[in-house]
Amino acid sequence: MSGIPHDSYEPKSNFEKWLDVRLPIVGLIYGTIMIPTPKNLNWMWIWGIVLAFCLVLQIITGIVLAMHYTPHVDMAFDSVEHIMRDVNGGWALRYIHMNGASLFFAAVYSHIFRGLYYGSYKAPREITWIIGMLIYLAMMATAFMGYVLPWGQMSFWGATVITGLFGAIPGIGEAIQTWLLGGPAVDNATLNRFFSLHYLLPFVIATLVAVHIWAFHTTGNSNPTGVEVRRGSKEEVKKDTVPFWPYYVIKDLLALVVILVIFVAIVGFMPNFLGHPDNYIGANPLSTPAHIVPEWYFLPFYAILRAFTADVMVVQIASFVTGGIVDAKFFGVMAMFGAIAVMAVVPWLDTSSVRSGKYRPMFKYFFWILVLDFFVLMWVGAMPAEPPYSTISLYASFYWFGYFLIILPLLGVLEKPLPVPDTIEADFDAHYPPKDADASAAK
Amino acid sequence: MKNIVLSTLVALGLSMGGSAALASEAESHITDYEFSFEGPFGKFDQAQLQRGLQVYTEVCSACHGLRLVAFRNLGDAGGPTYGEAEVKAYAAQWDIYNAEADEDLPGKPADKFPANTSAGAPDLSVMAKARAGFHGPYGLLFNQLTKGMGGPEYIASVLAGYDGHEKEQAGTTLYGNTAFPGGNISMAPPLEDGLVEFADGSKNDVENMAQDVAAFLMWTAEPKLMARKQFGLVAFIFLGILGVLLYLTNKKLWAPIKRKEA
Repeated sequence: MSGIPHDSYEPKSNFEKWLDVRLPIVGLIYGTIMIPTPKNLNWMWIWGIVLAFCLVLQIITGIVLAMHYTPHVDMAFDSVEHIMRDVNGGWALRYIHMNGASLFFAAVYSHIFRGLYYGSYKAPREITWIIGMLIYLAMMATAFMGYVLPWGQMSFWGATVITGLFGAIPGIGEAIQTWLLGGPAVDNATLNRFFSLHYLLPFVIATLVAVHIWAFHTTGNSNPTGVEVRRGSKEEVKKDTVPFWPYYVIKDLLALVVILVIFVAIVGFMPNFLGHPDNYIGANPLSTPAHIVPEWYFLPFYAILRAFTADVMVVQIASFVTGGIVDAKFFGVMAMFGAIAVMAVVPWLDTSSVRSGKYRPMFKYFFWILVLDFFVLMWVGAMPAEPPYSTISLYASFYWFGYFLIILPLLGVLEKPLPVPDTIEADFDAHYPPKDADASAAK
Repeated sequence: MKNIVLSTLVALGLSMGGSAALASEAESHITDYEFSFEGPFGKFDQAQLQRGLQVYTEVCSACHGLRLVAFRNLGDAGGPTYGEAEVKAYAAQWDIYNAEADEDLPGKPADKFPANTSAGAPDLSVMAKARAGFHGPYGLLFNQLTKGMGGPEYIASVLAGYDGHEKEQAGTTLYGNTAFPGGNISMAPPLEDGLVEFADGSKNDVENMAQDVAAFLMWTAEPKLMARKQFGLVAFIFLGILGVLLYLTNKKLWAPIKRKEA
């Protein structure tokens, strides 16, 4: 891999030399594991490893679950209960897989907001960011289809509501919805294709993850100062970085284990905390639950979807201008996907020349409001669509779009950033001052 | 700009009040019964599960099925844990439809409890997980950890929650119930004091029988509850120790880089 100059792998034994000529795989692994990593990374840089762990955990538990699961409307619910009761350790596999999805999303949101605060998306890391957003979209599709598989009430009605979103597209919407479902309504064909895709998409994610890692190993990691590693020579690089192994592998493992302590407590002591009791009732197309609530990780965007009702002025204007083609439902769908789209194009919306939020006094303020906004949206997403929640979700949605489309472009012009350290080494030395020369010589 | 900031702050303020509104949404009254299986160290009470099975067999099974539970499960560790002969004898009391013989035969341990939808009553296999009795103060995490979601509390509260009122509606009789959402339930009061005679001489008033059968239904919904809690505890301790070791390793590893004493 190109990028930051560092010592590369030298095959020593005859076998290593033989292999290296034919397939330089050891060199590839060495280059990946030993990559020079900025030595000032803080604890927000651990989420990548947590996410990689989640992907592996979900794939392994998922493959075993698929051996015992039956994707048929008459048998799916019972086959999940069969896993819970009769399969050896099946209850553990299923609860780990179920809560593993939540851990996955908790980690991905932390990872995304870290990127937003420290400007990790800025040049030259736009591709890394875009690939990351594609991974996030694939994760949402996978999680949504996975939630349908147990074929409980929330599975069924969640699938009905979410696929109904595509039906809101003017003209071709209904045809798309029928094509997605494999029929006029959520039924056996839907369950079968969701199972198939739920098994396929994680491998698409794994491929995207490899590209994500490739991209940021080319540019080098970003870091809390936003200052790039000096690349003049290997000696210069060594002043700013440490090799990934062992320094960050051990640090990331420590963080992972701390997070897993919380995870196993949830799996062991309250595995259904993040689920919905209605999903222990088998799917019944004739009985609609009182409140259809998506999983917690979809709530912020679900709130944006519901925020734009027909009485909102922007919706009325859009409807008037387009001659009624854009109605409230379609507007809501566009807003929901738009909320993710504006996040995906943030590298081109943020005009500031300073990368890290640490040195942006005004940005900081708006960033933390965005974090708060995210939680407010999550909360109103779980509430019924009635006042005062509908009003709150509307204003919270406006802030979400305002942050990306108005605040970020303007701040780059209006804000006066604080001085940025010259090098990573300077920043690191400010935290961990070098001892005098004698002490280090004695060592 | 200022307006947006202000609205967000207002939204935050409302969120505080809104959570309280959510808590009061549940008008029906769920009694917070104490169960032995609550909390990280909770265990099923074997004698209570056996009493609950008896209540189910003599009362509930007339209308409610338990189609996901097999008779053999009654012998599993962490459940009512009957002996092999007892399970066999119990299963034989039931008539189970046999497809090969095309007739009802006495049940075998491998058979499941029959599905029973004759009276339109829901199956009870996972009922204790399909109902949330309470969401805790503001739906906070701590309550879930110590109390669970309140499924068994809900079941016991419904069984003991009849207030004696009856009314006719669209040809069916509805019975006043303080725990059931809406306040009226179509199930006639199934329990009365002394209805079931327990072999161990335990109290058999409505409240006690309701709790016993609710505990039994928690077991049918989550038969591996005790194994799960044990897993949680062992994994928690193991990872805790691993975490300490990794913390020390990490500290020592980084000490020279951070110019600290190892």
